[in-house]
Amino acid sequence: MATKTYAGVNVDVTDDGYLTDPSQWNKDIAAEIAREEGIELTDKHFEVLTFLRAENDKGTQLTIRMVGKSGITDIKGLYQLFPAGPLKKSSRIAGIPKPTSCV
Amino acid sequence: MAEEKKETPLKKVLIIVAKGSIEDIYAGLVMANGAVMEGIETKLFFTFFGMDAIIKKRQNKAKTATVGNPAMRMPGGLPFPTLLGTLPGVEAGVSAMMKSQMEALDVPPVDEFIEMIVAGGGELYACKLAFDMFKLKREQLDDNVIDVITVGQLYEMAGGENTQIIFT
Repeated sequence: MATKTYAGVNVDVTDDGYLTDPSQWNKDIAAEIAREEGIELTDKHFEVLTFLRAENDKGTQLTIRMVGKSGITDIKGLYQLFPAGPLKKSSRIAGIPKPTSCV
Repeated sequence: MAEEKKETPLKKVLIIVAKGSIEDIYAGLVMANGAVMEGIETKLFFTFFGMDAIIKKRQNKAKTATVGNPAMRMPGGLPFPTLLGTLPGVEAGVSAMMKSQMEALDVPPVDEFIEMIVAGGGELYACKLAFDMFKLKREQLDDNVIDVITVGQLYEMAGGENTQIIFT
């Protein structure tokens, strides 16, 4: 566990860089984490992030299939938004825990 | 002082699916989908009975063996008697249950799972030997199959550092 500063805010993160408290998240923090991942966030990205955060709040085990069925984007689109990490990178940028599902 | 671990991430995996039961097919597909999601270049190679996973008419009809499967259990955990597994309908019932349990974990049917892997950049190949042996036609195969290739072509694809071949 460590503390990092994103967008002028100190947040607690795990060794893998995931926020430990999703309520510390905001859009500016997301944009800075995304830049670390080499991603510039668009409105489409935020739609996915909002969906992931809402599902995480419900205690759902997240999968890319779920995002693909959300109507926001299909799976191919999700890979284009978050290359080489459709669930891990998106979860990290969304300020929610590292995904625990195998799909 | 702890020794510093020097690890370099995996870059490419070739996953070989050679058996056609539900669990054998899914083992390969879960590994492949997981690799794609990690940003690892992924190639799937289907051979022998594993070809069922890419034969359009069979891919969603895989079964779990209820005979000759000593690890098989009844719901509740008691051993599954082999003789019970021979009764008509038992294999179908067990297979349906396997599929519904996986669906509950958001694991898709085989054809959809393949679409997901391909959407992420994974590639599918069929084995020429098995293709010829089973007298298959190209149009019987899933449209996502890129090519029917020899084992030599498979090894040509396996070059480069940090490549692993996984046989399920």
